[in-house]
Amino acid sequence: MQYLVSVIDDRTNPGSTDREPAISAFNERLIAEGYWVFAGGLADTGAATVIDNRGEQAVFSDGPFVESKEYLAGVWVWEAPDLDVALKLATEASKICDRKIEVRPFLAE
Amino acid sequence: MVDVEEAVTRAHHDEWARVVAALTRRFGDLDIAEEAAAEAFATAVERWPADGVPPNPGAWLTTTANRKAIDRIRRENKRDDKQKEARMVYDDDPPEPLGAIDDDRLRLIFTCCHPALAMHARVALTLRMLGGLTVPEIARAFLVTETTLEQRITRAKAKIKAARIPYRMPAAEDLPARVTGVLAVLYLVFNEGYLASGPGTDPVRHDLTAEAIRLTRLIRALLPQDGEVAGLLALMLLTEARRTARVSAGGELVTLDEQDRGAWDAALIAEGHRLVRERLAAAAAGIAPGRYQILAAINAVHTSVRDIRDTDWAQVVALYDQLVRLDPSPIIALNRAIAVAELDGPEVALAAVDRLADTLAGYHAYHATRADLLRRLGQSQQSRAAYDKAIELAGNTAETASLARRRDQLR
Repeated sequence: MQYLVSVIDDRTNPGSTDREPAISAFNERLIAEGYWVFAGGLADTGAATVIDNRGEQAVFSDGPFVESKEYLAGVWVWEAPDLDVALKLATEASKICDRKIEVRPFLAE
Repeated sequence: MVDVEEAVTRAHHDEWARVVAALTRRFGDLDIAEEAAAEAFATAVERWPADGVPPNPGAWLTTTANRKAIDRIRRENKRDDKQKEARMVYDDDPPEPLGAIDDDRLRLIFTCCHPALAMHARVALTLRMLGGLTVPEIARAFLVTETTLEQRITRAKAKIKAARIPYRMPAAEDLPARVTGVLAVLYLVFNEGYLASGPGTDPVRHDLTAEAIRLTRLIRALLPQDGEVAGLLALMLLTEARRTARVSAGGELVTLDEQDRGAWDAALIAEGHRLVRERLAAAAAGIAPGRYQILAAINAVHTSVRDIRDTDWAQVVALYDQLVRLDPSPIIALNRAIAVAELDGPEVALAAVDRLADTLAGYHAYHATRADLLRRLGQSQQSRAAYDKAIELAGNTAETASLARRRDQLR
């Protein structure tokens, strides 16, 4: 079962910076233990563009699809046997990143 | 005929959770388990009057429910490959060794009370899957519409499936935290029964308090070593023992100091006291008690005297002190102040209560407590205002009636 694990940043209550070494070590562990599928940090939401081509012509708009005090700062994809395993890792991840984490399952095929 | 009806009712009471839990283990799906269990009980209602009650109703129901589930899976998966079907139809899983703590029902409890589910969903699922209460019954208990409740249950089941919430015992290191969540669900059910919140319900819902006690007894049987489980069961029993003395013939809530102690249930009190003594022995051996155990001990002090004037208030305050260290919530502080009033007088208590004004201004018991202390201090006008505020905020009909009477007795 794969889970999308989102790292949530908060404009009004930002977490601490300089988490890189700890996150790298955590990633190494995820790889070694077979949970790691993919990971990536995201540029600021200011760099986002939303495209809507459902109408006559494509409309591009500057910025993220939703403006909120919380935004997506990065993602993991984990392979885990069940939610308990994913939640346990996510609990550690939240501490290590010093940020909120959302765990969301991919649709089972 | 009446005997058969009784047998079905008793089987529903005793066996529902076991049947649903066994089917959940086998088919890995709460919907299938629940529907097949319901069908099996419906079949029992049809067949038992003619065929007689089977010697082992639980086994009969489980077997019948298994067949119903297989029929359903066959109907729904006509095009599925034969192998998958065969795996479901021939349960070649050797029955798992059921140790002291590995029980299908216990796994089901941990699934229904999973921390990834919202609290209201946990309560609804637990009452439905383990308690066997119907959707209309649960909806009525928690004052939501059947549609809302149905949606909550459906969403919770969908999340269990989609997010793959496992159907198993938590790992040993996670167990204490997970049991805490289970106990919170059961305590919520009990409290809703003991002080029902709506204008349209009975002030005390014995169906809910009884269900909470039954499920807590089940957990106690499955986790006999857990001190907080014993504590919560004792707390419920000692509270439930006072139930009939708690509402007057006129439908008013009767507070502890005015209750007819002769109407308390001696058997429940004896059982509660036994559990509290068991936990006191553990505490003496160095195992620190949790909040349910301390609350149970407070209730044991109250229920061990026949006359309120004999109450050991110093002991009650000492127990609250212990509780405050564990849980510094303003509600605990309020309850502590009520005991302090008996020990050190209403003036000292009122000062402590007034310090809680910021956090508890919207809580009816805060105003009711102030009203009572002000009355005892002879400050009628302020007392009346506090009663008015308490009546405005109280949801329980019997409690409102009792507060109104006290207000109207003020000179």
